[in-house]
Amino acid sequence: MNGLLASLGTSIGRKMVVAVTGLMLLLFVLAHMAGNLQVFAGPEALNSYAAKLQSLGPLLWAARLGLLAVFGVHVALTLKLASENKEARPTAYAHQTSVQATSASRTMVMSGLLVVAFVLYHLAHFTFGVVQPGNHELVETLADGTTRHDVFSMVVLGFQNPLVAISYVVAMALLCWHVSHGVQSVFQTLGLQSARSRDAVRKASLGIAALIFVGNASMPLACLLHLVDIPSGN
Amino acid sequence: MNLTLNVWRQKGPQDAGRMETHYLKDISPDTSFLEMLDLLNEQLMGEGKEAIAFDHDCREGICGMCSLVINGVAHGPQRATTTCQLHMRSFKDGDTIDIEPFRARAFPVVKDLAVDRSSFDRVLQAGGYVSVNTGGAPDANAVPIGKEEADKAMDAAACIGCGACVAACPNASAMLFVSAKVGHLAHLPQGQPERTRRVGAMVSAMDGEGFGNCRNYYECEAVCPKDISRDFIGEMNKDFRRAALGGR
Repeated sequence: MNGLLASLGTSIGRKMVVAVTGLMLLLFVLAHMAGNLQVFAGPEALNSYAAKLQSLGPLLWAARLGLLAVFGVHVALTLKLASENKEARPTAYAHQTSVQATSASRTMVMSGLLVVAFVLYHLAHFTFGVVQPGNHELVETLADGTTRHDVFSMVVLGFQNPLVAISYVVAMALLCWHVSHGVQSVFQTLGLQSARSRDAVRKASLGIAALIFVGNASMPLACLLHLVDIPSGN
Repeated sequence: MNLTLNVWRQKGPQDAGRMETHYLKDISPDTSFLEMLDLLNEQLMGEGKEAIAFDHDCREGICGMCSLVINGVAHGPQRATTTCQLHMRSFKDGDTIDIEPFRARAFPVVKDLAVDRSSFDRVLQAGGYVSVNTGGAPDANAVPIGKEEADKAMDAAACIGCGACVAACPNASAMLFVSAKVGHLAHLPQGQPERTRRVGAMVSAMDGEGFGNCRNYYECEAVCPKDISRDFIGEMNKDFRRAALGGR
């Protein structure tokens, strides 16, 4: 076994692909969160950010397709590994228990699949406008008479529905749960942590997971509690 | 001590197997777990029943032959202890104890609690050695090795190959065993020439035997009777990454 391609045929090689794609998805989640947090800066900031992203054209589509590929590889490969794991123990223990495995580590497939379900819902909601079509069609008219997609109003009005807001908060708790084990798992699988750095990696993992939860859950909660609201007069 | 024992009985590799309940009276807390099973077998044979098959050899915690999953934990409740070194004082009078074999596709049950762990031997044959030129015996201290490195090599070499890591892993992964065998040679100068080849060969052999994939639960580390650290898995992953990227 030498070379990258040959290594993909082995368990560790495939796990490393899951780790690298997981890391890419984490970076996307962080960037996505940083962009969205502009909702706190008001309609102008968020809507011009959204318009700028839309104006990227082919670049935006390249990024979307790349992200989709990364997401697909991460999920498909994990499911393949999980089915191999099931085969590796054909007879289950009558007495099942665990000594030190964290509950996050034992539920990675389940939390991951629930996050996939959330991503589909999230796309249907804000990208395809299936969930709340009225909010998705809102446009903002600029001073020069041109119009652009009013993302700010779409988000704020969307999250003023308690069911929608709560579902997002729950989904972020699941993502936080997944990432809390995911980040430390990436470092272990890629052989990037040593006995000395292990504890720091674990804490960083929990920290990043908490950051993702607090940052992302703050938006639906702020809209629900009217801390962020449609400017009066609109 | 009076005990209720739920023991896995399986006539042979093809038999489906089932749990069977037995009662044992007046066991001394100073009895070892295997001696307790010996007493149960004497009782069974006295009743004209077939004795329970289980693996054991040295009974002093160094051979790696004893196994058993006791109340869901490989080698039982005492940390860093083999089943043969576990004593009944770790349990309470009136306890019900579930006793099962190590369960993994790569460890097929031979009979009752005895499993075939020769898959470990085949993984070792794939790379768990160093090649040495024949000739005059080299000087014992010709190759100097720092104490810290020697200690790490020894920590990994403490692995007795019992298979508890596989039994405890929810995925029946053998990563702790393989990483210990890779690790003790990776920390010694003698292991360097074949280091890259060894990782690939042993990991491929491990996969070929049908062990599952490591998902970093670290249950293996918790049950290892020799306290082998998860850090060896990380080190093996690092060696594997370097090999895959074509470096050293």
